[in-house]
Amino acid sequence: MSFSWAKRYEPKHPMMKWLDERLPLPRLVYGAIGGGYPVPRNLNYFWNFGVLAGIFLTIQIITGIVLAMHYYATTDGAFLSVNQLIMRDVNAGWLLRYAHMNGASFFFIVTYIHIFRGLFYGSYKAPRELVWMLGLVIYLLMMATAFMGYVLPWGQMSYWGAQVITGFFSAFPLVGEPIRVWLLGGYAPDQAALTRFFSLHYLLPFVIAAVVILHIWALHIPGSGNPTGVDVKEERDTLPFHPFYTAKDGWFAAAFLLVYALVTYFAPNYLGHPDNYVQANPLATPAHIVPEWYFWPFYAILRSFTVDFILPAKLWGVLAMFLSILLLFLLPWLDKSPVRSGSYRPVFKRFFWLLVVDVVILGYVGGAPISPARIALGQAAAAYYFLHFLVILPLVSAFETPLPLPSSISESVLHGEQAEAAPAGQTKRRGGSTVVAAE
Amino acid sequence: MVRVIAFVVGVVFAGVLLISLIGNAASYFKSPPAPLAAEEFHKEPRALHLASDGPFGKFDKRQLQRGFQVYSEVCSACHSLKLVSFRDLKELGYNEAEIKKIASDWKTQVPSINPDTGEASTRKALPSDNFPAPFANEVAARAANNNALPPDLSLMTKAREGGAAYVHSLLTGYADQAGYKNEKGEELLKKFPDAKTPENLHFNPYFANLNIAMPPPLTANGQVSYEDGTKPTVDQMATDVAAFLVWTAEPNLESRHAAGLAVAIFLLIASILGYFAYQQIWYEAKRAVRITGPLDPINQAKTRRAKAKQGVAG
Repeated sequence: MSFSWAKRYEPKHPMMKWLDERLPLPRLVYGAIGGGYPVPRNLNYFWNFGVLAGIFLTIQIITGIVLAMHYYATTDGAFLSVNQLIMRDVNAGWLLRYAHMNGASFFFIVTYIHIFRGLFYGSYKAPRELVWMLGLVIYLLMMATAFMGYVLPWGQMSYWGAQVITGFFSAFPLVGEPIRVWLLGGYAPDQAALTRFFSLHYLLPFVIAAVVILHIWALHIPGSGNPTGVDVKEERDTLPFHPFYTAKDGWFAAAFLLVYALVTYFAPNYLGHPDNYVQANPLATPAHIVPEWYFWPFYAILRSFTVDFILPAKLWGVLAMFLSILLLFLLPWLDKSPVRSGSYRPVFKRFFWLLVVDVVILGYVGGAPISPARIALGQAAAAYYFLHFLVILPLVSAFETPLPLPSSISESVLHGEQAEAAPAGQTKRRGGSTVVAAE
Repeated sequence: MVRVIAFVVGVVFAGVLLISLIGNAASYFKSPPAPLAAEEFHKEPRALHLASDGPFGKFDKRQLQRGFQVYSEVCSACHSLKLVSFRDLKELGYNEAEIKKIASDWKTQVPSINPDTGEASTRKALPSDNFPAPFANEVAARAANNNALPPDLSLMTKAREGGAAYVHSLLTGYADQAGYKNEKGEELLKKFPDAKTPENLHFNPYFANLNIAMPPPLTANGQVSYEDGTKPTVDQMATDVAAFLVWTAEPNLESRHAAGLAVAIFLLIASILGYFAYQQIWYEAKRAVRITGPLDPINQAKTRRAKAKQGVAG
């Protein structure tokens, strides 16, 4: 940790002292999420979603491990093991499965809010570029894990989703089809694909957990950002993580889990697709193949390319879909504005909200059945998506005049009120605070 | 350099999208897509209210028993219920002797092995068995149903958009295609003369493509005679079997609702207590910031005192 005023771990109990001298694990925890990690004091509730993402990863791993104890990874048995054994016969199996199903959705909800928080407050900018990029690696791993997990119940959408998504690879000339066959272990999703997806679905969450550790490690070098984007300058700008942010995260996590519980217990299938309660049938294609809701914006981008312009339309679509995520890795170098926080960037702020609306539109288009009007809407929205990141953002960062920044975090908390209100007999101190002369 | 490349890539992808957009728009206006009968005459399911609806919903066991009766006397001739076992009927209020009898009297037997010869044979069902399927396999099912496959009903209310309401509307929604009009008053066969229901299919506006292979299963009031005295109208039978299929798809619905209520109350109390703990913990930290500000009451008092001391009016 880089701040000189960060509290050092001082074990009080002799056993902790004994442990700390041999294996400084308590010291590590204290410095990472305890009183030894100073955090800017002005964080808003958007900063709670990182911890929430960690909570949902934990929920997914725990429910997933127990589900795996009752799941049969065979094309004959998978659907029955989920819908008969787990949902009916395993004690509280229905709870495990619904918690896991909806846990995936809520993991993505939380992660999307976390990502958009980062986009608005410039969390990707120096010195936190690697925090951002490791976060994107986590996001990519989450997408792979979620996709393979959705295949496991071996329902109609599982099967046809696997068919469509692995079909992306066949868009690439020459190498595409062999890669697809290699990934699936056959020409279509079948036993070989199901078993390997199960194996990888079990592995990847632990890889995610490992990258999460790197993500937090990289974050703790410069320390957390904050809504002003102004660097921490002195001790009074920060508060120790524990108890201040553990308390804030704690109550907010309980409130957010309440929403999750309401969906899990009272509308468990709301976010799913009815077709996945029909067993996979390679001979019957569903009327509308759609992925899970969290992939809809990308699915819309994929389907928006309808013209063979030099390259085949399908290849354009697949390239665009990959590009739509990969371009986020370049964000620290595309947005050169020295101001981090969108609050002080009037032009950027407008485009940011336009992007949010744009992604919601893409999501709607990706989830709804195809129609000419929706395709056109999706094409316009997809075009804006690429223009936003690759053209507009660099231009805005070059030409925009940002608003004046507060000189410190503490001053921003005071909202600058003391400047005009400094009463008689008081002198102003550097950093904006006032000293009462009479005391 | 990164930004120059990004600019070019961004313009290229957006450009290809705009070319696609213009191309689509041109072909749309040149030859607008023909309207489809299935789009203009398909109906959304009518609302259906069951005791199991809503966050406090519970099953109406007598209705489930009636629905089970409809299933066993009508639907089970063609439709399997392979995820449900006879022992599960206990949740409908049947006792063990009744379940044993229902199982052994079931019209199809369970595939088995002759204990003497080892040849394939069948035996009477036991409470531990799942409901045996009416057909031995898909080929047999299709052969008996004009090449249509009657779907398994275990998960039906979760496997269709609209759930129980869809099942109810479909069962009661068969109509005579001749002269059939939609809400706008357009006559189907006048607008789409080619949309005539093919032979062996049956017109039903609640079915996705309007023509369903299943003949109307519930045709007359009194088709099933209910033991509890409920009047077996077609609508009542359809409602009861829809309720029964909610149970087969979601047998744990009641415990889910009960557990959900407990968890929600727990989390609500936890968040309220947690919120107060958060306020308590942050109180000093927030004051430490406020105290330097002009609006803090303590600070205002200090200011007043300082002014008074210096003789400044205010």
